[in-house]
Amino acid sequence: MLSQHDIQDAMRHGRQVYSVYVYEAPLRVWHWFNAVVMTVLAVTGYLIGKPFPTLFGEAADHYMMGYVRYIHYIAGYLFALGLIARLYWAFVGNRHARQIFLLPFTEIEWWKEVWFELRWYLFLEHTPKKYLGHNPMALLMMFFFFTIFAFGMTFTGFGLYVEFTGSGGLGDWLFGWVVPLLGGSQQTHSWHRLGMWLMMSFAALHVYAALREEVLGQHSLISTMISGWRMFKR
Amino acid sequence: MTETFYEVLRRQGITRRSFLKFCSLTASSLGLSAAAIPEIARALETKPRTPVLWLHGLECTCCSESFIRSAHPLTRDVVLSMLSLDYDDTLMAAAGDRAEAIIETVKEKYKGNYIVAVEGNPPLNEDGMFCIQGGRPFVEKLKETCADARAVIAWGSCASYGCVQAARPNPTRATPIKKIITNKPVIHVPGCPPIAEVMTGVVTYMLTFERIPELDRQGRPRMFYGQRIHDKCYRRGHFDAGQFVEQWDDDPARMGFCLYKMGCKGPTTYNACSSMRWNGGISWPVQSGHGCLGCSEDGFWDKGSFYDRVTGIHQFGIEASADEVGGAIAVGTGAAIAAHAAITALSRLRHSEPQNEKQGENA
Repeated sequence: MLSQHDIQDAMRHGRQVYSVYVYEAPLRVWHWFNAVVMTVLAVTGYLIGKPFPTLFGEAADHYMMGYVRYIHYIAGYLFALGLIARLYWAFVGNRHARQIFLLPFTEIEWWKEVWFELRWYLFLEHTPKKYLGHNPMALLMMFFFFTIFAFGMTFTGFGLYVEFTGSGGLGDWLFGWVVPLLGGSQQTHSWHRLGMWLMMSFAALHVYAALREEVLGQHSLISTMISGWRMFKR
Repeated sequence: MTETFYEVLRRQGITRRSFLKFCSLTASSLGLSAAAIPEIARALETKPRTPVLWLHGLECTCCSESFIRSAHPLTRDVVLSMLSLDYDDTLMAAAGDRAEAIIETVKEKYKGNYIVAVEGNPPLNEDGMFCIQGGRPFVEKLKETCADARAVIAWGSCASYGCVQAARPNPTRATPIKKIITNKPVIHVPGCPPIAEVMTGVVTYMLTFERIPELDRQGRPRMFYGQRIHDKCYRRGHFDAGQFVEQWDDDPARMGFCLYKMGCKGPTTYNACSSMRWNGGISWPVQSGHGCLGCSEDGFWDKGSFYDRVTGIHQFGIEASADEVGGAIAVGTGAAIAAHAAITALSRLRHSEPQNEKQGENA
C-alpha cells in the first residue's frame, strides 16, 4: 500500500508508479560519504580515548597519537562541512531532502503510521507499507539518532577541538561556550564518547533495518541510495 | 595621605635595586613587555596602597600556604606588604574584637576602593551554621565585607567552584563565592591550591593597573588559565608519539613517557603548572611522575577516578564510563538485531505458505 501522501503524488503525475526518483545525487553522495567519514571518526575517536599499546624507542621516531588525532580532526571537519552542505541541500533539494530535518510530529496521521511501523517491526503486521522517502518509524529514529546526534557530536567535537587554541580567537568565539555549558572538558569528552557509541549502535540498526526491508519490504532501499530510484514490488 | 607601596618597601629596608628586580619579574610573569616595567615601578611609587581584606571560609588554608611560598625574591616581603594584611585572620597579629574592627575601619575609610580576597566558601545549610566566625555565620561576614568592595578575588577551587566540601553529596551546601556575591566582579583563581606566583601575579596586576585582568568565560584570568596543562607539558612529545606509561612501575614510567593512560587530567585542565611549575620552578606533578588530578577544574572531585582516562559519568547512577554505558548499548543493539533477524527468519518460514496462498488469491 502506498501512503496517502504518496498516492496523491502519484496521481498528480497521472501515471502508474512503479519507480520514483527519490534521492538526488548530492544526497546520495552525502550518504556514502558520511558512512566512510563516520567509520573513520568512530575508529580514530575510540583510539584517542583508549590508545594503542605504547611504542618504544625515541619519541622523535614515532607520531602515532599525532596521526590518529590528525585523521580524526580532518574527518571531523569533513563531517561538519558535509552537514553544512546537507543543510543547504535541504533548502534547494526536493521534498525528501528536508525529511530528516523536519519531523511532522504535529500530524496525528503520521504518528498512526509510526505505530503501524512499530507493529510491523514487532511482527504484528504481515504486510509492510510502501513509502517514497523514509518510513515514519525510520524517520523518527533518523531524526533523533542521526540529525540531533550529528549536530551534538559536531558541537561537542569542535568544542573540544578549539581547546588547543586556548581562550580568545575565532574558534573560541564560535565553540568556546560548549565546554563550560557541559560542566567542563572532562564531561564534554565523556558525552562526546557516549555519543559515538550511540551513533554506532544506531548505524548497526540502520544497516540491519535497511537489509531487512530490502528483502521483506515492498520497495527497494539499498539500490535507491545508489541510483536514486525507488522501485516498488507489485 | 596613605603610603604608597614604594614608601612601605623602603621603610622596610628593601633597596631600590631589589624593588626594580621585583617589577621586572612581575612584568615577565604577567606576560608583559619590557616597556611595562617602568609602568609597574611608577604605579607602585605613586599610587596609594589598595587595601586587601583576606577572608577565610570553609577551607584548608592550602591557598595561604601556597601564597606565602611565592618564590619571587621579594614576595615574602613585598606582596605581604602590598596586601598590607589589613585583615587576614590566619596571618595577622591582632585577634578577637580588635581584629574584627579592622574590617569596619577599612570599609569606612576605603569605601568602594578595597579588594576582598576570599579563601574557601560559605556553607549555606542550617543557616550557615557549619562555619562560624566571631559568633556569626561566615556567609553574613562575607556579604557585609564584600558590600563596599571594588572587586572580589576567589582564591582556589573552594571559593571558585566549591572543591571538596561541595563534592557530592555536599552535606553543608558549600557554595561558590560567585553565587553569593552577584553584584561585584569575582575573579576566579582556581587550583587546590593555586600556584603561588599565579596568586601574587593576579594581586600585583590588580593593584598596579587598577583594573581586573582579562577573564575567560569561567571568570579566570586568561594569562594564567588560557591554556591546558597538556598543551605546555614537557611530556607532550611522548603523547604525540604514542608512548605511554601503562603501569606505575613499568619501563615507560621510568623513562618518563606520557601519563595519559594513567588518567592524567592534563588534557582537560586549564592551569599554568606545566609552564610556571611549583615551588619556585623546582617541579610539578607530572614531572614527579604522577598524572594531573585536574584540581583547578570545576567539580574535579566528582569527575570519576583520577586514574582513568575515560572517566565515569554521574547521570547513570552507579559510576559508569562512556565506554561501559556505550559498549553495553552497542552489545544490546547487536543482540537485539540478531534476535530480531532470527525471529524474522522463523516467522517467514512459518508464514511462507499461507502468505503465498493469500497473494495468489489477491492476484
